[in-house]
Amino acid sequence: MTIVNKVLLKISTAFVSIIGSSILVFSIIYLLPGDPVLSMIDPSVATPEMVANLRKELGLDQPFYIQFSEYFMNVLQGDFGQSVVNSEPVLPKIVEHFPATLALTITSAALSVVIGVTFGVLSAIYRNKWIDIIARIIGLFGISMPTFWSGILLILIFSVFLNWLPGIGSDGWKTLVLPSLSLGFVGAGFIIRMVRNSMLDVINEQFIVTLRAKGLSERAVMYRHALRNALIPAITIIGLNIGELLAGTVVIETVFSRQGIGRIVADAIMAKDLPVIQGVVFFSAIVYVVINLLVDLSYSFIDPRVRRAN
Amino acid sequence: MKEVVNTKTVLQVPKWKFTKLKTNFSVENRFILGAGMIVIFIILCALFPKWIAPYSPTYMDTSLILSPPNSAHWFGTDYFGRDVLSLVIYGSSDSLIIGIASVLIGGLIGGIIGAVSGYFGSIIDVIVMRVIEILMTIPGILLALAIAAALGPGLMNIVLAVAVSSIPGYARVMRGQLMSIKKRKYVEASRSIGTPEWRIFLLHLLPNSWSPLLVMATIGLGTSILIGSGLSFLGLGIIKEIPDWGALLSQGRGYLTVGWWISTFPGLAITLFVLSVNIIGDKLRDTFDPKTRKTR
Repeated sequence: MTIVNKVLLKISTAFVSIIGSSILVFSIIYLLPGDPVLSMIDPSVATPEMVANLRKELGLDQPFYIQFSEYFMNVLQGDFGQSVVNSEPVLPKIVEHFPATLALTITSAALSVVIGVTFGVLSAIYRNKWIDIIARIIGLFGISMPTFWSGILLILIFSVFLNWLPGIGSDGWKTLVLPSLSLGFVGAGFIIRMVRNSMLDVINEQFIVTLRAKGLSERAVMYRHALRNALIPAITIIGLNIGELLAGTVVIETVFSRQGIGRIVADAIMAKDLPVIQGVVFFSAIVYVVINLLVDLSYSFIDPRVRRAN
Repeated sequence: MKEVVNTKTVLQVPKWKFTKLKTNFSVENRFILGAGMIVIFIILCALFPKWIAPYSPTYMDTSLILSPPNSAHWFGTDYFGRDVLSLVIYGSSDSLIIGIASVLIGGLIGGIIGAVSGYFGSIIDVIVMRVIEILMTIPGILLALAIAAALGPGLMNIVLAVAVSSIPGYARVMRGQLMSIKKRKYVEASRSIGTPEWRIFLLHLLPNSWSPLLVMATIGLGTSILIGSGLSFLGLGIIKEIPDWGALLSQGRGYLTVGWWISTFPGLAITLFVLSVNIIGDKLRDTFDPKTRKTR
C-alpha cells in the first residue's frame, strides 16, 4: 500500500466514524426510555395538546429512519437544527463561540504537554529519586482532582485572596490563565503517567544497553534515543487528551463563566434544550475524530517504522 | 513422529493468587494503607451518616449563617446555617452510589460485550468493535452528558449515563484478554478431553481473563465519580434536600467571596476519594501486570 492510499484509507475511516457518531448522537435522543418532550417541558403544567404540538414541531411523531435521514440531510447542509428555547439555529451559534473554546483547549493542551512531557521524562530518568516522587504525586493529583474543584481553588487563591488575575469572564489573555491551568493540569496528569511508563519500557530495551555499551554518554542515550522512542506512544495519548480537554471545557467554561461551546451546552442543560446539546456533542465528536485522524497521520511522519512499513 | 506433550505443564491452569498482595511496610505500602483507610472511612460515612455526622444535614442554625471553620463546625456553615461537614458526610452516599453502580453496570455490560466479541471473533467481533469505536468518537463526559440530558434528572439516570460512557473501555480490555486466553494450551487441552464449550467459557476463559477488568474497574471508579459529580455540578443531578458532592460544590460557587469553605470541602472529599482509589488501582495493576512488576 502506498502512503497516499494509506492516508486516503484513514480519511475515509474517519468519515465513517463521523457518520457513525451522528447516528449515535441522534439515537441517544431517540432510543432512550426518557421522553425528550417530557424532559423539555414540566409535565405537571403541560397539557396533552402542548406535548403533542411540541412533538410535532420537533418531528418526533415520525418513524426513526425518516427522522434520522432528515436530520442527516440537514447536517450535510450545515443545519444542525434549532434551539427549542429561542428558535436560533444551532450551528452558527457553535461556530461563533468555537474560537474561544479552541483558544482555551489549545493553551491547556500546550500547558499539559509541556508539564507532562518534562515531568514524565525526568521522572523516568531519575526513577525513585525525589523528582520522580514529585512528578508521580503531580500525576496522581492531576488525574484525581475534578476540574470544577481545581478551578474554584484557583479562583479563590489568585482572584479572591491575592487579586492577581481575573477569576471570571472571557475578555483578554489574562482570563485564559486560570482556566488553562485548571484544565491543563488534568491533561498533564495523564501525560506524566503515560510518558513515564513508556520511557521506562524503552529504557529496559536491548538497544539502550547497546548504546551504553558502545560508550555513548548517558545524556545522549536518554534524550536522543530513549526519549524519541518513548514519545511515540505518548503522542496517541496527547491526541486523545486534546479531545478530552475539549469536552472538559463544558465544566471549565461554567466554572469561569467564559463564553464558548462548552458553556452553550451547560446553558442548554439548564434550559433542557436538547437540539442544542445534540448539536454541540456532534460537533465535538467531529472535532475529536479530526484531531485523532491528524494524530494518526502524524505517526507516519514521526515514526520511521510506520513510514517505511510497506 | 509423535510429539511428546508434557501433560503436567499443559494442564496447569494459572490461579489467582491473593498472596501476591503480600504485606510489607515500605513507604509505598504505607501510602496504599492510608488510601485504603480513606476509602473505608468514606464508605462508612456513606453507609452510616447518622453515626458519624455531628449535626443533622437539614438543621439550619440561623444565628450561624456562613461562619468559617471553627471547633464546633469543622468545615464551617453554609448560607442557611447548615453544617458543611455534615452535608459532606450525608452527600457521600449519592456520590458513591453513582460511582460504584455505574462501574458495576458499565463493567458488567462492557465485560460481557468484550468477552463475547473476543470469544466468537470473526464477523461478530468486527461489528461489535465498529460500534465500540463509534461510541469512542464522543469523549466520555460529553457522551454521559448527552445521555443524562436526554433521560432527564435523576440518580439512576446519571448512573446509567456514566455507565454507558464507560462501556467501550471495559469491552476493549475484556476482548483483548479473551482473544489471548482462548489460544492457551490449557484451553486446547480441556477441549480435547471433550469439555463442552460453555464450560470452557465459564470455567477457564472467564476466571482467567477478568483480572485486568478488575484493575480497570478500580481506576474506572475514580473516573466515574469524577464524571458523575461533574454532571451533577452542571445541574443534571436531582435537586434534593441533601445534595451530593458535585451539587454541593456547585451551590457553594455563588458564595466564593464570602464563604470559601462551602465549595472547598466537598471538592476535597471528591479528590481524596478518587486519589485513594487511583493509588489502590495503580498498586493492583502493578501486581497483576507482570510487565510492570519488574521495571516499576
